[in-house]
Amino acid sequence: MTSPTTPPARRPAGRRAGASEPSGWWAAVFVAPAVLGLAALYVWPFLSTFLKSFEDVPAFGPATFVGMDNYTALLHDEEFWKAFGNSALYTVIILLGVPLAVVLAALIEQAGRGRAIYRVLFFLPVVTLPVAVGMVWRFVYNGDFGLLNTVLSWFGVSGQFWVADPRFTIYAFGVVGLWMSLGINMIILGAGLRAIPKDLYEASALDGAGRVRQFVHITVPLLTPSIFFVTTLSVIAALQMFDLIFVMLRGVNNTALADSKTIVYLFYEKAFVQFHQGYGAAIAIVLLLVIMLATALQFRLQRSWVFYG
Amino acid sequence: MKSKWTAAAALAAATALLTACSGGGSGAPPTEKITLTYANWSEDQSPAMEQIAAEFEKANPNIDIKIQTLPWTEYWSTLQVGAAGGTAPDAFWMLADHFREYAKGGQLIDLSGTVKAAGIDMSVYPKAVSDSYTYEGKIFALPKDFDTNGIWYNKALFDAAKVAYPDDTWTWKNVQDAARKLTDKAKGVWGIAAPIDPQGGYYNTILQAGGQIVDSQGTASDFASPAGVAGLKFWTDLQAAGVSPTLKQLSDTEAVSMFENQKVAMYFSGAYWALRFHKNPDLQGKIDVAPLPQGVKRATVTSGIGNAGYAGSKHPEELKKFLAFLGGTRAAEIQAATGTVLPAYKGTQEPWLKAMPEFHLQVFIDAVDYSVPLPVAGNASEWQGLAAQYLTPAWNGEKPVEQAAKEYQDAVDKVLAEK
Repeated sequence: MTSPTTPPARRPAGRRAGASEPSGWWAAVFVAPAVLGLAALYVWPFLSTFLKSFEDVPAFGPATFVGMDNYTALLHDEEFWKAFGNSALYTVIILLGVPLAVVLAALIEQAGRGRAIYRVLFFLPVVTLPVAVGMVWRFVYNGDFGLLNTVLSWFGVSGQFWVADPRFTIYAFGVVGLWMSLGINMIILGAGLRAIPKDLYEASALDGAGRVRQFVHITVPLLTPSIFFVTTLSVIAALQMFDLIFVMLRGVNNTALADSKTIVYLFYEKAFVQFHQGYGAAIAIVLLLVIMLATALQFRLQRSWVFYG
Repeated sequence: MKSKWTAAAALAAATALLTACSGGGSGAPPTEKITLTYANWSEDQSPAMEQIAAEFEKANPNIDIKIQTLPWTEYWSTLQVGAAGGTAPDAFWMLADHFREYAKGGQLIDLSGTVKAAGIDMSVYPKAVSDSYTYEGKIFALPKDFDTNGIWYNKALFDAAKVAYPDDTWTWKNVQDAARKLTDKAKGVWGIAAPIDPQGGYYNTILQAGGQIVDSQGTASDFASPAGVAGLKFWTDLQAAGVSPTLKQLSDTEAVSMFENQKVAMYFSGAYWALRFHKNPDLQGKIDVAPLPQGVKRATVTSGIGNAGYAGSKHPEELKKFLAFLGGTRAAEIQAATGTVLPAYKGTQEPWLKAMPEFHLQVFIDAVDYSVPLPVAGNASEWQGLAAQYLTPAWNGEKPVEQAAKEYQDAVDKVLAEK
């Protein structure tokens, strides 16, 4: 299978390692910090979570092996399926933000002088602490004197209890999450936009293509690698949503909480509030599988729509 | 020449200090200064905690106390992970509903010996509170403070509606009648706040109706009994009558904020709000507190924070000494004088009462006589967390109270049945 361009094997038989050639031992020394860090901070926690998911782990003290019990219980747990549905719905709403980000990014590229200001404005929510964002939106959504209901009342629309009524909570989170992710998505897409050769636009203009046609037939197709990247990251982040619900619905008295939990919130509650760490670990592993599946599926599907030029 | 003298003086001073240290000790030379961490979850109370720590350090110069204030939302997960991983604070606040898991898991330092050796008289603490920090006959925490419940009420709103203030003759009926008269929809004022609140709300009324919340063996709950249903109905009736903000409104704006905003005239809750209300300039001279109303009998739940220590502490002896100090009169007096909380130590509450003379705070101390410990059976944080989910339909009038109570009871009993 060796083609003529294949470089020679690093250590041809019969040739002894010379001084100029780094030995494997030294290489190991140099990568050790990275490997050890990775092992301690990622591999070990993952393995320990994985093992815990097959155990009944009390708050303190020794765990007992229970096999697949946690997973079987999980599959029959209505609360888990509800949380799963909530996370899925939230992810769909976040994904709706991707086309919006594409359009906005394209518009900003056209903006000329004000470009930098717009970018900063859209990016501000990204660099704001999610807890602070949650607190502010809590006030916006307040059913009695929130800003949203005040604005709606100008148009004769009756207000709702956006974060106290389980019919609306996930949508309310979705809007906030979308608003928070718009800025970072626009930055990534903006970089992709600037990589599109200008002559394509000039040539198409000569052929009589208008702005909209250019957007649909040049911008979007050539932007698909960036769109794919943004979509994949958005799905992963959306499935892990926790902070918004934690800040906006916290408190035993919020009657919408029971119907508005996301997968990660349920994990937190089981593992850290109710002391069921094994069950919590099983939720974490299932979430990992879901994220892996969703990502693999996207990589599979991208073959049919992403254009790499 | 001069620097030599300074050095000599410093040395002399250091020697004097060292001698002073060892004077009070067990004779062992104070080799080095050690640090104990003391964790709490209250910004409001941390100045008082600093003051207590300073006082302790004065008497024990070789011990340095570091106060750690964590946000409530992170407190328990941090403590749990810390205890499991060997990095928990040495001393920390404990609550009765978390206590059992920690005691059962062997995470708390046993204070029984310290209590005996230091001659601490356990009867100075409200029995309901000290009992809740005893596990299998051993004492694992000394009560720091306690709280009972009363009716916080807004005198200005009572005056405006020409309703007599609540007093110790009030029954449930008085509350219901007053709530109706005080409600003024046009002004956006409600007579009372009726959230799904166990500690300030329906636990008390269930007890007042002659019920119990969880049986003495901790194996079964009592929500669906006639008394349990009556105690829940007290609140759902107020909701049905429209004399309280709805649950949704109370989810968006907590009951205590509604009370502070003068939107509700009565709020059943604990002594722990006293300082906050006292400091609120909008409420000056407008509010006061009265005993909870009587049902079939008088009752209030009580609970209190305990000061506990970590079994894995590197300095167990110093830790025990510190915990004994925290359970003593001096620490109680500091808390009382700063108005922070109602200290658990008997006879130290006077400064607390005097710190906020505009309120009839004696109500909370008198309530100790008819107080019942907050139920903490089994995995309490798990079954208490189910309340909002199961009781909301009853509060919203979507399900008969009897049915919601039965479903909640079944769910609680299932948790209680877990090992």
